[in-house]
Amino acid sequence: MRWVNRHVRQGNRILLGSLPIVLLVLLYLVLAAQRHAVNPMDKILPLPGSMAEGMAALLFQADRLTGQLVFWADTLASLQRLGLGLGIATLSALLVGLLLGVLPPVRATFGPLVTAIAVIPPIALLPILFIALGLGETAKVALIVIGIAPVMVRDITAHVADLPREQIVKAQTLGASSWQIMIRVALPQAMPRLLHAVRLSLGPAWVFLISAEAIASDVGLGYRIFLVRRYLSMDVIIPYVAWIAVLAIAMDLALVFLSRRLFPWAHGVSH
Amino acid sequence: MSTLLSLQDVWVEYGDKIVLEKVNLDIEAGSFVSIIGPSGAGKSSLLRVVLGQEVPTRGTILLDGTPLTPECGPDRGVVFQRYSVFPHLSALRNTMFGLECEKAPLSARLFGGARKAATAEATEMLNAVGLGDSMHLYPAQMSGGMQQRLAIAQALIKRPRILLLDEPFGALDPGIRADMHALITRLWRDYALTIIMVTHDIKEAFTLGTRVLALDKRRHDPHAPHRFGATAVYDLPLRDRRDGTADEDLIIALSGPQAGANQQIDKEGIGHG
Repeated sequence: MRWVNRHVRQGNRILLGSLPIVLLVLLYLVLAAQRHAVNPMDKILPLPGSMAEGMAALLFQADRLTGQLVFWADTLASLQRLGLGLGIATLSALLVGLLLGVLPPVRATFGPLVTAIAVIPPIALLPILFIALGLGETAKVALIVIGIAPVMVRDITAHVADLPREQIVKAQTLGASSWQIMIRVALPQAMPRLLHAVRLSLGPAWVFLISAEAIASDVGLGYRIFLVRRYLSMDVIIPYVAWIAVLAIAMDLALVFLSRRLFPWAHGVSH
Repeated sequence: MSTLLSLQDVWVEYGDKIVLEKVNLDIEAGSFVSIIGPSGAGKSSLLRVVLGQEVPTRGTILLDGTPLTPECGPDRGVVFQRYSVFPHLSALRNTMFGLECEKAPLSARLFGGARKAATAEATEMLNAVGLGDSMHLYPAQMSGGMQQRLAIAQALIKRPRILLLDEPFGALDPGIRADMHALITRLWRDYALTIIMVTHDIKEAFTLGTRVLALDKRRHDPHAPHRFGATAVYDLPLRDRRDGTADEDLIIALSGPQAGANQQIDKEGIGHG
């Protein structure tokens, strides 16, 4: 049987999918054990025990300076920045994308501007943001927004502009105005695409969040990772990175679930 | 019978390519006009011009004696071969769309009594096209024939002066196509519609139409084929079908015994709808 025809059943799929992850973890443990056999004080590849120890302090002991549980304060601060950035970017992408996609004159006027902004590397704008907006929360949220919004705007614009011409004509023969076409035809059909765009933007959003926190911050997951790097604290860095991965996966799954739940028509409802 | 739509000296050109030249047509209220012709003869261009999706390069189009606005409007309904229903709305909501746009300019949604009235009207329309049992399905859950039924219901609820059909049954298989022919004939009679239909299928053109227009180029320059446009080269008025008799003999006479045999097959296939 050809490999293109070998389909994997649901149960086996979970098994197969977890196989490489388990192998990687095992590989890490073997390598870490080897290093520790040579040098019990090794910090580069910490064993699970020392990771638990290192994290316990951050998880359960209040910081002497701020009185907060560091890990949870970091998580909260990062999620807040990420949520604000994603929310603002998503809303503006929807608004601008709809206007650009549905109304050709608006697209002709502002399309080139959006493209121009989208090609600027956002990290290059970070100094400008810090100078203009200070080192506070605003600059970090602004970096995320500037980093992901233009791509999302272009995606939504293209999707809306690609709606079959027949649909737009049909709506007009049913008496719809530009506004009505925008809110009744384009908006609902842009929504599943928007959720998809958010999913794809999650990765870049995390990159910009960690970058902003690494450069100027006093709390946050990225800040902590770059802070403890100075002491080679791999026992904290590795759990933090794993935690970021868990958060990102949870957000991704939530968006998939939401999209299927809210827009069943967009997910191949069968006959 | 009175003239509903009148095309006077209509030309359609794209750059230096002439698609339609000097089209003069009067279409009477209550007629069912089939437009046939080879590919590229401007059948769809003619339909788009009447629809208002395109502006003719020259000439005037009068609907009830007044010039058409160069924009689609609710006085002309349309059913395309594909993509004429909204995938994100159920059949019922698709049909209500036209009513909602008219009565709620800002929100395009109806509430309370107005919504109930619109639902009732849409339900009646869906029953008329045979979708009474599928009101809450999304288009993706429907077969091609059901989607075209929905597209027709959606257009008819606005009571358009003219219904334009752009190869509406071209993508359907023969059995379902025969069902759709019966449906559109019934609707045409019941609602006293004026229909212009573009089709590839000559038999379909003659079975359904009260008048058949064949578009083609009158002149042909082999060195510059694009410099001559098409126009109505044949304009065949058929027997008025309103008395209920079909032109079966005529079709068989026009398209030979082969077509008669095909029709037999179509009729056997009706049950598959």
